[in-house]
Amino acid sequence: MTLHRPPPYTSREDGHSPSRRRFGDRIGAVEIIAGLLILLAIFRSPIAAAVGHPAVQAWTTVFVAIMVQALPFLIGGVGVAAAIGVYVPRSFWQKALPRNQALAVPVASCSAVVMPGCECGSVPIAGSLVRRGVSQAAALAFLLAAPAINPIVLIATAVAFPDHPEMVLARALASAAVAVGVGWLWIRLGRADLLRLPPRPELDDASRHRAFWNALRHDTMIAGGFLVIGAAAAATINVVIPERWVTAVADNPWLAIAVMAGLAVLLSICSEADAFVAASLTQFSLTSRLVFLVVGPVVDLKLIAMQVGVFGRRFAATFAPLTLAVAVAMALLCGWWLL
Amino acid sequence: MNRQAQGVVMLLFGGAVLKASVTDMYLRYVKEVLQPFLIAASVLLIAAGLMTLWYDLRAGRGDHAGHGPGDRAGHGHEDAHGHGAGQHREPRVGWLLILPVLGLLLVSPPALGSYTAATAGTSLSDEQRVVDFPPLPQVSLVELTVLDYAARAVWDDGESLQGRRVQLTGFIVTDRHGEPFLARLVLTCCAADARPVKVGLTGDVPDGLPDDTWVTVIGGYVEQTSIDPINEATIPYLQVESWREVEPPSQPYE
Repeated sequence: MTLHRPPPYTSREDGHSPSRRRFGDRIGAVEIIAGLLILLAIFRSPIAAAVGHPAVQAWTTVFVAIMVQALPFLIGGVGVAAAIGVYVPRSFWQKALPRNQALAVPVASCSAVVMPGCECGSVPIAGSLVRRGVSQAAALAFLLAAPAINPIVLIATAVAFPDHPEMVLARALASAAVAVGVGWLWIRLGRADLLRLPPRPELDDASRHRAFWNALRHDTMIAGGFLVIGAAAAATINVVIPERWVTAVADNPWLAIAVMAGLAVLLSICSEADAFVAASLTQFSLTSRLVFLVVGPVVDLKLIAMQVGVFGRRFAATFAPLTLAVAVAMALLCGWWLL
Repeated sequence: MNRQAQGVVMLLFGGAVLKASVTDMYLRYVKEVLQPFLIAASVLLIAAGLMTLWYDLRAGRGDHAGHGPGDRAGHGHEDAHGHGAGQHREPRVGWLLILPVLGLLLVSPPALGSYTAATAGTSLSDEQRVVDFPPLPQVSLVELTVLDYAARAVWDDGESLQGRRVQLTGFIVTDRHGEPFLARLVLTCCAADARPVKVGLTGDVPDGLPDDTWVTVIGGYVEQTSIDPINEATIPYLQVESWREVEPPSQPYE
């Protein structure tokens, strides 16, 4: 929120000369936080009264719950991303992944299977992989596969659908097809300028530890900040859309599929939990619920917001619709075949 | 947002989550199993905040000796996000992280309750039907979760409940016609996926209690059911013998 322009006389990057550092925006920002906290502490009871309405209260609870739930995954992902960016040498990825991009995509998807991650963690990791020279297509395949096909998610799906073990297989196959398919499409369609990572000179800091903490801080602020936007949007949908409206459309098969795909995007439920939500939407056909399970982990409000933050707006504007289309297609195909 | 402010925000967020996770407060939002991960993540976040402040204060004192070449180079690129050239982009979006801090420290919203239970359908889906219900323990009064009672009543047609006295604890939610139900919310991950389980009450019904009042009811299985108008799922009933108001439990969900 610092609106200052960099002083023209200095080549220093952060735009504050030593005197500005002490008296300018640096202290200002901290003071804003302190002032805000003091004001809020004073006006605590009127604020509490304002959030007293049950819907507002439910919204606040759901918002805080999503942030609390996501924090370990976010920090874990950001920590791994910072470690990849700072401590793992570039040459490692050249040896670990096939040189051929078309081969690197499925390999990256498979490596995601053993890493039980959540959406929130995989975005900064994918950003870090691209930064370290992994091809965009392979990093994006990892991004899509990590939250969708890992042991925890598949076990949760099996528990949620005890009468339909084929649901687990259908979900795994469709999600793997999405990761590999989008990865391959990206080799074709993804122009290099779509995904632009802002320069991060601090990663090359001579002090590795300082570089690590700097990367951790930077990713936490960006990914965390966009996670707040996603969590707020998801909480709003969660509280505002009455279940009655949703179930009213379940009888029309094509409408049901569209609604389930839309809900998966809007609700932004963690991939570990979405199977139980899908299982409880009993009026919907199994195929439309498979669409929900395949779309949710790869495209949702939370993820789109974080992708905007890490990869840029233009990237998200291309990648999210592409992923959504492939995910719906793959889910329908697997649903038609297996369910 | 400058680095000091970022450090302060990380300290606040980490501190707020740490405070919530060492008390029972985190149970309003997430499952117990998450507690060690929450503590680890918030400690790491606090450490990151402290390291940020430490490096920044050292740099601010003019201690540039330790700075690597990259620290001052490489800027002036127009980055993909369109911020002014020549200025390192400190993430402004980070300001938003103050919101969950305020949510946790200032508002500390209560666990979800009757509002959610009234707007969502009871969640006993056919796919989750368990085939074998283990027999209840041979004691005079069996304590069951609302979910367990409802599952046995609906899917097992009350077989394993016949002739048994059971005790359930939940909160009161009244439907549009003013009929009270005993409800409990079931969580899988966090409050965002909370699904209610409802049990109807007959006999000595706790009438006139406001929504969200926690009660413990003692009673037995009765062959009465109704249909939840929200999702057309079956709501089982309980023949209430006695009930009493109780304090909300520290674990509000099942």
